[in-house]
Amino acid sequence: MMEVTYLGVIIKAILILAIISAVAGFGTYIERKILAFMQRRLGPMHVGPYGLLQIAADGIKLFTKEDFIPQNANKLIFMIAPIITAATAFIALSAVPVFPDFTIFGIFVPSVASDINIGILFVLGMMAAGLYGPLLAGMSQANKWGLIGAARTAAQFVSYEVVTGLSLLAPIMMVGSLSLIDFNHYNETHAWMVFTQPLAFVLFLIAGFAETNRTPFDLLEHEAEVVAGYATEYSGMRWGMFFIGEYANMITIAVLASIVFLGGYTDLGFIPGWLAIILKIAFMFFLMLWVRASWPHVRPDQFMWLAWKVLMPLAVINVVITGIVIMV
Amino acid sequence: MSLEQFKNRNVGVQHYRMLDLSHTPQTGWGQFKQVVRRTLSLELFVGLKVTLREMTKALFFGKMHTTKYPFEKLPVGPRYRAIHEMKRLLESGHYRCIGCGLCEKICPADAIRIETAYGEDQRKQVQEYTINFGRCIFCGYCAEVCPELAIVHGGRYETASEQRASFSLFDDMLTPIDRLKEQKEFPGYGSVSPDADKRIHKTPLAY
Repeated sequence: MMEVTYLGVIIKAILILAIISAVAGFGTYIERKILAFMQRRLGPMHVGPYGLLQIAADGIKLFTKEDFIPQNANKLIFMIAPIITAATAFIALSAVPVFPDFTIFGIFVPSVASDINIGILFVLGMMAAGLYGPLLAGMSQANKWGLIGAARTAAQFVSYEVVTGLSLLAPIMMVGSLSLIDFNHYNETHAWMVFTQPLAFVLFLIAGFAETNRTPFDLLEHEAEVVAGYATEYSGMRWGMFFIGEYANMITIAVLASIVFLGGYTDLGFIPGWLAIILKIAFMFFLMLWVRASWPHVRPDQFMWLAWKVLMPLAVINVVITGIVIMV
Repeated sequence: MSLEQFKNRNVGVQHYRMLDLSHTPQTGWGQFKQVVRRTLSLELFVGLKVTLREMTKALFFGKMHTTKYPFEKLPVGPRYRAIHEMKRLLESGHYRCIGCGLCEKICPADAIRIETAYGEDQRKQVQEYTINFGRCIFCGYCAEVCPELAIVHGGRYETASEQRASFSLFDDMLTPIDRLKEQKEFPGYGSVSPDADKRIHKTPLAY
């Protein structure tokens, strides 16, 4: 195997940044379209063919909007909070392998920017650190809605993060490694984890929805209750960065679910691995939009009840049973 | 009439069909049973099924609701009372208005102003005819009272303009002379009913 070069890492980092930002922007278009179709509307139609250039129009709008900082806000924290969300979302993606290793121009390219041996822990840790974005944004903006949003961030954070960790513990025990590459290799020889660990899959999905503030658990910014929560005072590109971060997180969760539970980028019959994982990620992304169109969101107290009294015990039981099965 | 009927402010017939809702569980054990039942009966997937069904209906069976408004317009009912139209006589092309001034007189909002004079042919001619659409309440009395079916309510409901006067002058409302062939005999507000012939009786003169 070739040595990992600095140049290769930099190229991959730039590629991740460029592609994921583009996909995150495109994700907003897909989301609006899918939600529209599910309500039998057309969605964006007028900018470009089938509204495809709506992203460009939105981008121009976000870039040219006034960058507004409230008078009593803590200016420094207010300004860096969106960067935390966006940056951590992209940093998390650096340890996620999306494609199988390939050779281009005679150079062997491993598919992941940095194959660290604690991959999954790093990704989860980075996504958890990303929650400092909404937390600091809500607390720094001198706005009561923002403060409620920040409080909800903290409450939601401590609730679901336990479930995320515990639900992934059982698969980690079965694989015996934290590296996502090893997770993928495990899928080559064993059945998909979704069949051997269905409960962990469901728990991880629920926790993933909470992690990305998707609809059943979008307590932080639910318009009908707290105006826009932590994003109330934000405008322009700072607001846009929160949403690029959110969509990047959605992609990360989709990739994690695909690699850990849905077989990753192993070849699927006649479908090559790279196409298989794109289809899986697309399905997970679609599932998030589908759920948003279908289900109402829960109250904060219901969410915490769910996380602490239902999901966490189930996750612990799952870990114990997995442990017993592995030992026997 | 009893007081109960006055207190009942719901308009219409009260035939409500009550949903078959189960009782809210009172005990913790009951709540637990409800959670387990709802989880295992996969009620949440019913919601997913509904949205997916609507999406397939919209995408593949032409059940999309959207009207692309400026390009597509829904038909307006013939009796809709929008901006007025002045009609012409189909035979001669002359405007129908005989300058009787009934519309000006009946207008409850004082929106219509008409000035007439005798022309050279000793017919009354309309010198000036304006409707102030800032005042008009679109009640339709003018169209109803007009003996000649000269002023009617058309279906032109898009009344946003930079100038109020864009709509309100006689010549703007009058059917253009080159489009006289397209002028429809008016079925809508203020016109005679379709079965008017049957309802006309001879004036009893023979006392």
